Order: sequence, then C-alpha cells, then structure tokens
Amino acid sequence: MSTTMKRALPDGLPAPDQPPLTKPYWDGTRAGKLVIQRCKGCGAHQWGPEWVCHRCHSFDLGWEEVAPTGRIWSWQRPHHPVHQALTGFGPYTIVLVELPHAGNVRMVGNLICEPTAPVEIGAEVEAVFEPHDEADPPYTLVQWRLKG
Amino acid sequence: MSERTLRGKVAIAGIGETTYYKHGQSPDAEFKLALQAILAACHDAGIDPKEVDGFASYGDDRSDAPRLAAALGIKELRFSNMHWGGGGGGVAASVANAAAAVHSGMANCVIAFRSLAQGQFARYGRSRLGAAAMGDDAFLAPYGLISPAQRFAMKITRFMSDRGIRHEALRAIAMASYHHAQSNPRAVMYGRPLTEEKYDASRWIIEPFHRLFDCCQENDGAGAVLVVPADRAKDLPHKPTYLLGTAQGGHHRSAAPVHNAPDYASAHFPTVAKNMWAMAKLGPQDVDVVQAYENFTGGVLLSLVEHGFVDPKTANEFLVLENLLAPSGKMPMNTSGGNLAECYMHGLEMVNEAVRQLRGTANNQVAGAEVVAVLGGPMVTPVSSLVLGTEATL
Repeated sequence: MSTTMKRALPDGLPAPDQPPLTKPYWDGTRAGKLVIQRCKGCGAHQWGPEWVCHRCHSFDLGWEEVAPTGRIWSWQRPHHPVHQALTGFGPYTIVLVELPHAGNVRMVGNLICEPTAPVEIGAEVEAVFEPHDEADPPYTLVQWRLKG
Repeated sequence: MSERTLRGKVAIAGIGETTYYKHGQSPDAEFKLALQAILAACHDAGIDPKEVDGFASYGDDRSDAPRLAAALGIKELRFSNMHWGGGGGGVAASVANAAAAVHSGMANCVIAFRSLAQGQFARYGRSRLGAAAMGDDAFLAPYGLISPAQRFAMKITRFMSDRGIRHEALRAIAMASYHHAQSNPRAVMYGRPLTEEKYDASRWIIEPFHRLFDCCQENDGAGAVLVVPADRAKDLPHKPTYLLGTAQGGHHRSAAPVHNAPDYASAHFPTVAKNMWAMAKLGPQDVDVVQAYENFTGGVLLSLVEHGFVDPKTANEFLVLENLLAPSGKMPMNTSGGNLAECYMHGLEMVNEAVRQLRGTANNQVAGAEVVAVLGGPMVTPVSSLVLGTEATL
C-alpha cells in the first residue's frame, strides 16, 4: 500500500467516524482486508454493521474476512458538487458493489475510472485500499476497479 | 370484530397555504408562515382556529405543536405528532395521523401541516456534514455520496436499466408539472414553461438519469389541512373531501443500512400501496387524478409502478406528456404543478390540490373528479400515501 497513490476524490471530504460498532471494519481496511459482520448464531452476513442479526436476533455478531471482489449492482456519476471539497472537481463515479460470496451484501465506493468511462451493471470489480494515513485517526477507504 | 378502518371516517374540511416563494425569498419567518397556512385552513373550513386541538407534521418540521398551540391561543391541545423520517415521506402520514386521532376520539379538529423556509436554515442539496461522518454516512460521505439525489440515484439507475425505461419517460413527468404550473398563479414556476429542448439541454446533476429538471427545487412557504370527523364536515361550507384509504411504512428492511435493502431498486411502496388500496377498497383504475411527489422524477416512476398506475413493460409508451395532462389525459398527474413547479412544500401542496380537484375548484380541473391519490415522498422510509374521495365514493 503506497501512501502516494492517487486518491479517487479530492481531500477534504468527511472522514468516517469509527465507533465501537464499526471499528472492526475500519481496523480491517487499515490491514488491507475486507471484513464484514457475520452472525455466529445463524451464519448470516450483514452489512452495514448493526448490534443484532436481522435474521435470528443473535447479538453474537462476529467479523469475517471476505474476498475483496464483487460485481457492480448499480452506479451513479455525480456532476453537481454538493460539498466544498468537490467544487471544481468531477464528475466522479460511485458504485454499489454486490458481494455474491458474502450473502450478496452491498458496499458503496468509488469506481476508479475515467469520468467518461462506460459503467456496466454486473461488471466484476476488485477492491483497492486507499489509505488516508495523515488523518487523525488514520483510515483506509475501499475503492473499486474493474477486474483484470 | 368490527372492521378497523379510516375509510369515510374523517374529512378534510379546510385547506390553506401561504404565498409560495423561491428558496430564501420569504419575507416572513418560517414559524409565521406556518401560522398563516394554519389560519387559512381554519378560515377555509369556517372553523374558529381556537377549536383546533391537534397538530401533526413530518420531516422534522421546526414549527412545533406546543409553540403553535400557545401562539394561536388553542384552548386545549389534545394531540401532537411528528412523523419520523426526513423530506416528504410523511406527508400522507401526517394527514393519516391526524385522521387516526380524530377517528379514535383523541382529538376533534386536527391540523396536518408543513412549513419550510429552508433559506433561513440550511440547503438540502449541500452537505451539512462536519469533519467526521457518523452512522450510515461514514460509509457514504467519504465517497462523495452525500445529497438526497445521490442517496436515491442508484435505485433509479438499476430499475431503469433493468426495465429498459428511457430518460424521456422522466422528461414527461417533469414537463407535466411545469405544464400545469403555467395556469396556476400560485406556482413558483408560473410563467416559466419547460420545453423538451430546455430539459434536454439542462445540465447533469447526476448521470445517467438526473438532469437539472429531474430534481426538485427548494422553496419557502407553508401548507395546512384541517381534519375533522366526517359527520361534522357535512355542515361546513365546502363539499367534504373524505379520506378513503391511507398507509405508511416500508417493506422488508427497506431502510437497511448502507444501501442494503433486499428490494433496493424501489420507492418502498410495495406493501404501503397494497395496504392503502385495501383500506380504500379501490385500485389504481378507480383514480381520476394522481398527485405523485417529485423529489426526483425517477422516484415518481417508481411510485407510479408500485401503486399500480404504470406497468414497467409499457412505461416508455405510457409516460408521455399528453397522458399526464388535465383535463383529458389518461392519467392527469400533478395538476397544480407539484413539487417541481408549484412549490416544493414537501407534498403538502399536493394534498391541497387533491382537495381542490374533488371540490371542483382546481386551476387545471379534471371534470367530475371523484377519487384522487396522493403518493408521498418516495425512496425514503417511512413512505406514505392516501386516497381521497367525494361523498359519492363512500
């Protein structure tokens, strides 16, 4: 993980809060791993984090590393800047990525691509870990790029 | 067991609204706007404002019931209710909550209202986040997913891509609102028609389905309706407008975090619409006029589909301008100009318009309208809808 990699978006956007409920996820991304909630009671994957399993109501939710790959379930390409950090930037591409091997949970991130690149629903993507080492506390975002 | 229903039990006896202003243009404070709209609704109903004994609102309205009750010298406050959820998801629910209070005997005379002078506070379309994004936003805002349009856009991308629905269908929705606003002097967009060319040339807010005219504006103003028992409405000045059916909520895990609703490409009406039609003992085929909340035109498409007004298979053919226009389109829709062109009063203006259509006093009147549906703000949770009708529909 290089700290000099080009980031998907300009600096200055809000940093993720990392409360106890979601801390294991952010700890995982710092180590280059994608970890999500998995119920120790019934085995259901769950995303985003919650205190209880939506399927069996167990509070015994563990965290499991899952392969950092998925497929594009939907997408959007904002042009209008809604945050001061985005003024004069854009368009940029946001994808909703489904993880078929992890109960079809979905994650939101940026697709690393040209701003005019066509985006195809169903396309296979892989995670790119984007560290923000200078932040306090530091954090690592999960971006996506088309596979191979 | 007797049937539990609101069908025909209550009526909207009065409607009121302020002048509608462009964002930030109201000369009056937001709370004053609320008072004006409420007093107008009471006047319209021929009821002394001091008889009002309840207030219901939604979208975290800042004009709170205790202050309203004190300001208006209400004799006795018996019901105050704020519906969870932002934006206009709760517009029909506020009327329904007022109705439930009236029918249950908790109150006699309840105002459902919305007041907004957003310019005096903050913009919806701009981030109000601090340096750290909390809750769901922690997984969204760092990726530049912040505004309401961005929260909903991927539902629309997926639904329209799957179903092969073209952007022109959304253009017809936007143009219907603007068309109707041209004959409604109350409308903020009165005198500002929208053409296909102007729409097509408008800038992208979000690709692939949000041009400028697909997105609601922000406005200042207030709107209110007065809900009373059905029996009482018969003795008041206007032809009564009865509540026939209403429902609120969302289907299974529609508010699941980080865009994980199982049925994601949805406006969240599948169960709500079913429950509303069941209470009304009606279906989309019985409706004469539709008021469908536009936060974004793609959300209107989803609402119409989930309430059974539009079949996705024929959406491209059906959603053309002529079908959506009063007086004689197949499905006259947003006949006052709606959120897009009358006023973004979070749908309360649509309830008022539904009442006008049923009284026969609308600017774009659909002749003989007996049943009007109001589909509240889509794609949030909870969403809400209602159906109103004339005495003939009871």
